[in-house]
Amino acid sequence: MLKIEKVSKLFNPGTVDEKIALMDANLYLKPGDFVTVIGSNGAGKSTLMNIISGVMKPDAGKIFIDGNDVSQVSEYQRSQWIGRVFQDPMAGTAPRMTIEENLAIAYKRGRPRGFSLGVTGKTRKIFREELQRLGIGLENRMGAKVGLLSGGERQALSLLMATFTRPQILLLDEHTAALDPARAELVTTLTENIVRELKLTTLMVTHNMEQAIRLGNRLIMMDKGKIILQFDEDRKKDLTVEQLLGEFEQISGKKMADDRVVLG
Amino acid sequence: MLVSLTGAVESGLLYALMALGVYITFRILDFPDLTVDGSFTTGAAIGTVMTIGGTPPWLAVICAFIGGALAGTCTGLLHTKGKINGLLSGIIMMIALYSINLRILGKPNVSLRGEDNVFDNASIIVIGLILAIIVKVALDMFFKTNIGLSLRATGDNSRMIRSFGANTDMTTIIGVALSNALVACSGALIAHSQNGANNSMGIGMIVIGLASVIIGEAIFGAKTIFRATLAVVLGAIIYRIIYALALRVEWLDAQDMKLITAVIIICALVVPTIRSTVNSKLTAKRRTEEVLASIHAKNGGGR
Repeated sequence: MLKIEKVSKLFNPGTVDEKIALMDANLYLKPGDFVTVIGSNGAGKSTLMNIISGVMKPDAGKIFIDGNDVSQVSEYQRSQWIGRVFQDPMAGTAPRMTIEENLAIAYKRGRPRGFSLGVTGKTRKIFREELQRLGIGLENRMGAKVGLLSGGERQALSLLMATFTRPQILLLDEHTAALDPARAELVTTLTENIVRELKLTTLMVTHNMEQAIRLGNRLIMMDKGKIILQFDEDRKKDLTVEQLLGEFEQISGKKMADDRVVLG
Repeated sequence: MLVSLTGAVESGLLYALMALGVYITFRILDFPDLTVDGSFTTGAAIGTVMTIGGTPPWLAVICAFIGGALAGTCTGLLHTKGKINGLLSGIIMMIALYSINLRILGKPNVSLRGEDNVFDNASIIVIGLILAIIVKVALDMFFKTNIGLSLRATGDNSRMIRSFGANTDMTTIIGVALSNALVACSGALIAHSQNGANNSMGIGMIVIGLASVIIGEAIFGAKTIFRATLAVVLGAIIYRIIYALALRVEWLDAQDMKLITAVIIICALVVPTIRSTVNSKLTAKRRTEEVLASIHAKNGGGR
């Protein structure tokens, strides 16, 4: 479904601040794979997400979605295949527009936007049913401006908007990191359910080790722009946080350095 | 007095189209577009010269609309494809249009006296009212369509709308083009109502447009698009009324109007900021006292 082939990316090339963001990274996701990504600060996790979604173009290497080379395809064109939830709960929704208007925008993912009405009786019914799946009562507030929602509600809505058109690939970039523990748990549970129900091929960056082990069927670990460890389904099943940290230290020769890491 | 008031409402209705254009860029797209100063005159020039050339006045106004859209498209292209700062792209186009407008007009002042006029068959107030209502309702509808929604989202959260596959360069260009089309259309109508166009009639138009938007929103609110567009139309009329009243003040002159407009805008922008700062300070103070009082009460109970 998603193939990343020898992708490299430099930040500030040719200056004193030159930094390797991604170096020769390879990754392959089968349809239905749910891969969690962990790594220390500056390991290249976010760059990986940005390269896949098209926010950044790779300096070398190729990206394939469903067999098509999309390396030079722009972000807005790639988004017909890719759903994305950002870390910042404010990033995935338009605050001055209503819940149903936001959903109408998401509903048109990757399709031409013309002069037909965005919110009609028919689409409103679809939106209501989708919102009910979140179970947080947003279906009763569809005319409310999104800016009035709490961070957790906005992130749940972002998740719904990113997924309900069933994109080929779902990218989750620490999408629970900015929420309080209870809200984070809610969004995590929603993520689990939605990904399972819709069988979405998913790549999720997280700082929460326990979450990284609990969710998904594969786990990869990054360091200094490289994917240094991959756990497939069989090995991931019995993995513990201690083992994970141990492996990391062994390979990278240092302790997992991340000021926000949550051991679970 | 009554005559000047009627005149104010008349021109307010015609300027309302321009204010709606400014509303699109300034509020919806969050793009301060200064092209307006040039494109207003462009519209006036096209509307005047074509009418003199024998084109039916209505067709001339429609051509002005198209001319404004072209000017806006250029600004949009400079900003999105040329990656030029938004303010600067507007200024560049405004200066470029100054020469273009002189070319269209042929000379700085062109009179329409004795020519056909848009307002030959009906009064300004009737046509102005009909046009303002049509444009207002059309915009309300447009901003509910899928393309209109993506335009609003571009100004609200461009990163989000890109992640759903909308080309934000395209939506920006469409928005700026539509805005300047309305501005030019307003320019052509004003030229017809004043029986002529001159090369400097657009100067300061962006500020008048902003004043209309801000005054309207301050008085009538902007909770929904429907309310906001209504507020902008009414704001444009109120601005003209203030203008007419200010002219009646003995020691004020027509040439002071730009200064008065600037002062109105400064007040409209600064007063709400001061008010909210003071309010939040007072609330913080009150809440702190309440919290402290409740803590003291608890401690007292424990003794």
